[in-house]
Amino acid sequence: MNIQFRESPEAASPLTAKTAIADCDIHPARATRTELYPYLAKRWQHHLEIYGVHAYQGMTEGPPYPKAQPNASRRDAYPPEGGPQGSSLSFMQKQLLDPNNVQLGVLNPLNTGQGIRNHELSAALCSAINDWQIDKWTSKDKRLKASIVVGNEDGLSAAAEIRERAGDKNFVQVLLLSRNVEPLGQRRYWPIYQAAEEAGLPVGVHAFGFGGNPITPSGWPSYYIEEMVGHSQCQQSALASLVLEGVFERFPKLKMVMIEAGFGWAPSLAWRLDKAWQRLRSEVPHVKRPPSEYIREQVWWTTQPMEDPERREDLFDVINWIGWDRLLFATDYPHWDYDEPSRVLPAGVSEANREAFYLGNAKKLYGLA
Amino acid sequence: MARHVIAAVDELPPGARKFLEIDGRPIAVFNIKGEYFGLMNRCPHQGAALCEGPLIGLAQSREPGEIEYTKLGEIIRCPWHGWEFDIRTGQSYCDPRRFRVKAYPAHVEPGASVVKGPYVAETVTVKVESNYVVVEL
Ligand code: FES
Repeated sequence: MNIQFRESPEAASPLTAKTAIADCDIHPARATRTELYPYLAKRWQHHLEIYGVHAYQGMTEGPPYPKAQPNASRRDAYPPEGGPQGSSLSFMQKQLLDPNNVQLGVLNPLNTGQGIRNHELSAALCSAINDWQIDKWTSKDKRLKASIVVGNEDGLSAAAEIRERAGDKNFVQVLLLSRNVEPLGQRRYWPIYQAAEEAGLPVGVHAFGFGGNPITPSGWPSYYIEEMVGHSQCQQSALASLVLEGVFERFPKLKMVMIEAGFGWAPSLAWRLDKAWQRLRSEVPHVKRPPSEYIREQVWWTTQPMEDPERREDLFDVINWIGWDRLLFATDYPHWDYDEPSRVLPAGVSEANREAFYLGNAKKLYGLA
Repeated sequence: MARHVIAAVDELPPGARKFLEIDGRPIAVFNIKGEYFGLMNRCPHQGAALCEGPLIGLAQSREPGEIEYTKLGEIIRCPWHGWEFDIRTGQSYCDPRRFRVKAYPAHVEPGASVVKGPYVAETVTVKVESNYVVVEL
């Protein structure tokens, strides 16, 4: 590899006194393979050494596609003390939190224990990840808040984990992934929504996952770029399922956050759902209102990736439909498709909307306003 | 246009690059197969330290199934979003109409002329008997 790093990589930007922001999608990583062991019963440590983990997806040794950069991350995000990108709190503070004046950072760990066939192991790993998030991150930096990772394929153990963490101020949401064994509206996942609603915690659905289904609805594609755009297709079917299975109707106080799958598609999905519902509502009588109403009332959207149309008015049209109170700014640090806070929002946005976009909406949604 | 002495030739062998700041501007100078190129170390897309990316070649295709890989080691790939720029010109391959990195001419001058000429020594102690890499900006 012909990369050469400078001794002290430049911080994101030398500007100081930036306005405070929330970053609603940060990916903390483990520095070593065994970093979770202190949080796992001996039984599961031995199990991992002897049997490893079996995910629902076929390619268990890694993600189904190579990710464009090592660990799908920015090449300048390796911590100076070694370890993968995103594994050092002090370097995250120096590279992300301090220079960008991040006031609230929401942690969404990936590769955690979700999507594992052995549900007991899945639950144990998720619980370990949650303890680790407190110990290594949120207790050390009050700007950071964790997502409760749950064994998603077993609704009951997931609900138990949520109830156990409910009320703990280290946590601000429940984390699911978009690719599951079944579309997210189905019954096996209902206990998760019930527990989250009771706890007053939003449920974040992050792109990616290990459900074992092809990455696109038409099968396994050839290229990583197809997986990238496939995230929005996957999120669309998850959202349609949530509406049509009656999840929003059944859990009217439930708040969902669509993370890292774009949002430009939201209006057209809602329009198509509304139109189909007008003609086919007798099939789903439990869906009592036009689907767009549930979506606009109960769904929030993170901004990385943000659609980047040639005319900024096109972007504003979409946001106006979704609502300026519904977008949550996110960088996706340390991943390679990171968004730089000062560069994502085009000019021409009112001061009040900017503030909501960068900070206010997140503080309100996560109960920190 | 000031000329800045930035390294003795031996310090910057082929394949190496040097990062420095001149007049408040972050710059990197590359030695590519004995030729020297200076580039602004800030990506015009979202501002990453562009020159920390890997040097790759240029994959192009006239038609599906036919791939040509040229300019080996002359294309810099941004460490954030992977946009590709030509080290020689700063030209973007992904949106050449709107984005370009500022390129600075760099070349080698003998020590004697460096000591005499209108040069500012940036990070090096200059001796008459060696050769130096010089950037113009
Ligand atoms: S900042 Fe360089 S490609 Fe985005």
